[in-house]
Order: sequence, then C-alpha cells, then structure tokens
Amino acid sequence: MNLQRRDFFKVLSAGVITATTSRSAQARPTFKQPPDAVGLLYDATLCIGCKACEVGCKTRNEKPNVHSEIEEYFGVSGVWDDSRDLDSATMNKIKVYKNGTAAVKDREIDGFSFVKRACMHCFDPDCQSACPTSALIKDPVKGYVTYDKDACCGCRYCQVACQYLIPKFEYHKALPELVKCEMCNHILEEGGITGCAEWCPTGATIYGKLDDLMAEARKRLELKPGDRYSFSVHTVDSDEKKSRPVEKYIDHIYGEKEGGGAQYIMLSAVPFQKLGLPEMPETSGASKSETLQHTLYKGLIGPIILLGGMVVATYRSTKKHQTDE
Amino acid sequence: MESKPLGGKIFTKPFKILMVFGIIGVILILKRYFLGLGSVSNLNDGYPWGMWIVYDVVTGTAIACGGYAMAMLIYIFNKGEYHPLIRSALMAGMFGYTLAGVSIYIDTGRWWNLQNIFLPGTANPNSIMFEVAVCVALYVAVMWIEFSPAFFEGKEQHKGKLKLLNKVMFFFIALGILLPTLHQSSLGSLMIIAGQKVSPLWQTNWLPLLYLITAITMGYAIVVFESLFSSIGLKRPLETSMLSKLAGVIPKLLIVYFVFRFGDLIYRGALGHIFDIDLKSFMFILENLLYIYPVVILFSAAKRKNPKYLFLSAVSMLLAGVLYRFNTYLVGFNPGNGYVYFPSFSEIMITVGIIAIEIMAYLVFVKTLPVLPQVKHAQ
Ligand code: SF4
Ligand code: SF4
Repeated sequence: MNLQRRDFFKVLSAGVITATTSRSAQARPTFKQPPDAVGLLYDATLCIGCKACEVGCKTRNEKPNVHSEIEEYFGVSGVWDDSRDLDSATMNKIKVYKNGTAAVKDREIDGFSFVKRACMHCFDPDCQSACPTSALIKDPVKGYVTYDKDACCGCRYCQVACQYLIPKFEYHKALPELVKCEMCNHILEEGGITGCAEWCPTGATIYGKLDDLMAEARKRLELKPGDRYSFSVHTVDSDEKKSRPVEKYIDHIYGEKEGGGAQYIMLSAVPFQKLGLPEMPETSGASKSETLQHTLYKGLIGPIILLGGMVVATYRSTKKHQTDE
Repeated sequence: MESKPLGGKIFTKPFKILMVFGIIGVILILKRYFLGLGSVSNLNDGYPWGMWIVYDVVTGTAIACGGYAMAMLIYIFNKGEYHPLIRSALMAGMFGYTLAGVSIYIDTGRWWNLQNIFLPGTANPNSIMFEVAVCVALYVAVMWIEFSPAFFEGKEQHKGKLKLLNKVMFFFIALGILLPTLHQSSLGSLMIIAGQKVSPLWQTNWLPLLYLITAITMGYAIVVFESLFSSIGLKRPLETSMLSKLAGVIPKLLIVYFVFRFGDLIYRGALGHIFDIDLKSFMFILENLLYIYPVVILFSAAKRKNPKYLFLSAVSMLLAGVLYRFNTYLVGFNPGNGYVYFPSFSEIMITVGIIAIEIMAYLVFVKTLPVLPQVKHAQ
C-alpha cells in the first residue's frame, strides 16, 4: 500500500466515523402537534353522502367542476360535478365503501359507509420534507399545510412522498400547478371556517381547535351504541346540534397516531383500511429520511473532510503524472 | 500517452439516422411545453415519476459514472496506468449528466421556478432532492471544467490558459470524485420517503449505499463497454489487457453489494417476497441474475481476457443496474388506489431522442477533439 492510499483511507475513515457516530444526537424526531393547531373531525357514521362538502370546497377554492364520459353518454354533461376521485380540480372527495348487499349503513359486512378524503395536515408532513423549494409549508402555529405556486418547480416529489396520495398535479396544462387542500386558510384568517365544515348539513365534518376535536372524538368513542347524542354541526363548539342514535364505532381515531399524527381526524363504524385509508407507522417518513440524510452529512462536516482527503490524494497523483510525463 | 482527434466525416449514415430520432424527440418536447406533461406522457397523480426521471436522470447519471469511477481509481487509488481511458469516460459522463439536467427541464412542470431549489429563501436542505440537485448541478460544471483542456490542447494561442487549468485541476478532480459519491447515494435515498409505496424487496435504509456501489460498478462497466464498442465501431485496436484488469474490480465490489443487499433482506424478513410469483418477484430475480453473471464471469482471469465475455459481462452489469433502478422506482412502486403506469410512445420517443442527441454529440466530439487515446502504430 503506497503513501497516498494510506492517507486517503485515514481521511476516509475519519469521514465515515464522523458520519456514523452519535447517531442518536442527530436523529430527527417526528414533529409534534403545533401549539395552536386547528383541524377537522369527520364522523363517517353521520355522513349521508350528500357531497355538500365537495360543493363547499369547490366554491371556497374556486375550482371548476369535473365532467366524465358517463355524463356525456347520458347527455347530461356539464350539469353537475362528476369527479371520480381526488384530482387536480377536487381537493375534497366523498367516497363510498360497499360490501355484499350493502343493505345497512355503517356495517362492514353487507353494509356500506362513506369516507371523506382530503389532506391530513400531518404534524410532520412528508410533502414538506420532500419539497426542494419549500413550496409546501406547515404553518408553525395553526399547522395547516399550504402551497406556494411561486416557489414550486413542479418536480412532484411531494406526490411521491405523500402516503395519502393528496397532492395532485395539473398534468394537462402548459403552466401547471399543484393542487391540495390548504384547509381554507384564506377563510380561517378572516375568522371563517373551512368550506367543507360550513356546507356539511349533518355535523359529519366539523371544524375546531384540534384539542377540542380530539376530546370530542374520545367522548364519542365512550358513548353507548343506540343511545341518543347531540352532535354539533359545523364547528365543535357550535350551538347548532343534531340529536341522533350513536352507532358502534371502531375503537380508533384515525389520524391520532398515523404518520406521527394529523390535524384531520376521523371516526368510523367500518375499519379504516376498508375505507381505503393506509395503515401507517407512528413515525413520519420525513423523520426517517431526514435522520438518514443528516447522519450521512453531519451538517456538511463529513463531506468536507472527505473532500479534504480527495484533494490531497489527487494533488499528489496529478503531480506524479506530470513529472512522469 | 497523448489523446488525438479521430478526424473523418461527421455526417455519416448512422449520424443521419440519429438526427431523425433527435428531431422527433425535439418536436415532442415542444408539444409538451405547449400542451402539458399529460399530452405526451402517461405520468399521473399516482406515478408522478416515470420514464424520464427513472431513465434519463436516475439511470442515465449512473451510466454516466464512468468518468467518476475512473477518476477514483486513477487519482485516489493512484492507478496511473488507466489514464488513457479517462478522457473518453469523462466525456461520456459529461454528456450523460448534461442531458440529465436537460431532462429535468422537460420533466418539471414549473421549470421556470427551478432556481428556487438553490435560492436561500426557498431552498430546503432537508429535502433529498435539494442535495441531488445541488450536487448534480455542480458536477456538470465540474465535468466541463475537467474536460476543457481538450478544447485548448495543441493550440498555441491557448497555452497560458491550459497551463493555468492544469495547475488547479487537482481541485476539480477531487470535487469530481466527491460530488457523485454524494448524489449517486442520494438518488437511492430519494425513495426512502416513499415508504410503503415501494415494495419491501427494494425499500430499505441501505438504499444510499446500494445505489452508490452499483453506480460505481456501472461506471467501470460502461468504460469497458464503450472501449470495446468504439474499438469495433470506430475500427480501433482492442485495449483488452487494460480493460480486463479494470473489469476485475467489478466482482469484488458486487460481492460487497450482495452482502448488504441480501443481509438486509434477510434481516428485515423480506426475502420471502421472492416467492410471491408476481411481476415484482420475477423482476427481482432477473435483476439479481444479471448481477450474478458478471461476478461469475469476471472472477475467472481467463474469461476476463476474452473480449466476448468481457463485453457480455459489462452489458449484464449495466442491465442489472438499469433494472435495479427501474425496479425501485417503477416496478416495485405501487401507490395503490388503482393507479397504473407504463410509458407512452411519445414519452419513450423523447428519451430515445435525447439519447440520439447524446450519441451524436459524442461522435462529433471524438472526431474533432483530442479525446480518445492515440493509436500506437509502431507495435
Ligand atoms: S396528507 Fe400528504 S399532502 Fe397532506 S400534509 Fe400529509 S403529506 Fe402533506
Ligand atoms: S411539485 Fe412543487 S410542491 Fe411538490 S415537491 Fe416539487 S416543488 Fe414542492
């Protein structure tokens, strides 16, 4: 082994050691709930599938209706919104679960249920971690995840990263934008509430402080199925109530722990995976990805040491080549 | 050893055929700019990355690692005897990376905002994409600098510039080794945040290491491939002895790769998915057979010296690396919710057009600039 090589390995191992030691100190934990978090609670047992929330969402966010071939076939094209799923004009979508005869609502076997899909406003959004231009930012106080089209370069890494398939992209426009639910923050800032919660007539979707929503969700899980309960409509602390019998909930608040936690939480009588929601670990992908990257890079110390070693080695060997010639 | 321009006619028949593909590609690219990404591609909300990112960027830059892999051998491990191979390897790498950069401008929907990745107000150092973008952009610049003496050599009026360049070159060479080490591994790390969308056969925290090792072995394989190919295509003598020695590095690195790849699969208990008997398990097996072939062949000194086996194992190595990348990013990637993806004809033709332009540039450069080692007639 010649001199350069030995030196190089010395430097290399120094780099590797800095890069791999004190792993715990560098580990980036999953972010927690923001101090003044607001959110939405969706209770599938209250949802009647009327899609008023979709109308509210499109109205508040000025998104056009989507029309399908089915409409065209029946000659009713352009009459109503017929989006089939979340798409670049639809940030909020009511979907349906059906099984067997689909006779009874809120039953897994031979029953059906609705589910409202939209951005989860994760505590530690994978989309935010992925976005190279900081176009997706979680509000540090209220916690909604917003999009800035003037920053976005359209790389769509956020789409790769988001486990809930929320960010949608305008693939058919020359100057496309990314589209995702931003929790109507433009209306929240003026003291209003989100379009979906405002339009929802049954109280299936309610808006409020996340702590209050979580307390309400926990309370509902404690209720006895069949008893009557007064469900608040539009907001968690609303005076407008609707009384109805309680269904048998699945004992789980979806969004409480998923991916480290989220600000859109859900209750249902049908298992959440059946509704098409992913089973998620309790830590975020963002924390995993950033821990790895920060471990390898150590705030650039690793790469700088490595570069130093390489400069020394190449300097010596280019010198040698020049004198050889 | 001196490098020399090859000379000869540029507008040969193959060149004209390449031009046709290049022009088709350019027309389709124009269509994309006026009518959107969806007008030429099958990219969708479930599969936001397709052919262009996976081939042109992730795979293309790995194939372009020849210059990097050679520089590491020559300057870090001080194997000066390989010096004649470096310039053409470097040049091929330079084109590969430059065109990956061009592809980014085709693939990104809001390309006019790309500089935001680098600007202090918007840059996000937590994003793996940030790291990839910075390193790739720097490396493209570094490669053009490393290659620039070829423009000045043998020209009296540029003697001063050349001397200055050669003085500081060691720094750029060092950077040119550091940067690919960083971003080739990060091209693997990119998929970690995709989490459960990537099949357990490919999703692992070891992605950065596995991507780095295979990028380097692909680098050596492409040098072997290119040298043998241009020997035949451009009617030059075979450099077999040097190439077989070089190819001997590949199996050693691949053994390290296999230890981590399969060690990790076993540790995570994911190896059982090989027997799922679906497209994924089939592609996994194919990918690994392609890796095993060069290991088996290149360990044998006798076979290594045979140009035919040398060529076949280089091709196998390259295909293995290509498949590994396609598998991680596409075959093993399932967003769920019924999304499907297969590249459209136009999408493929854009990639083909880009490759055609790359080969055309390669031919022009070797014919007009001192790139390939001079042939010694006196033997
Ligand atoms: S659900 Fe997806 S888009 Fe919404 S905050 Fe989480 S990662 Fe981002
Ligand atoms: S598409 Fe836009 S918002 Fe999404 S990651 Fe890329 S730059 Fe960020």
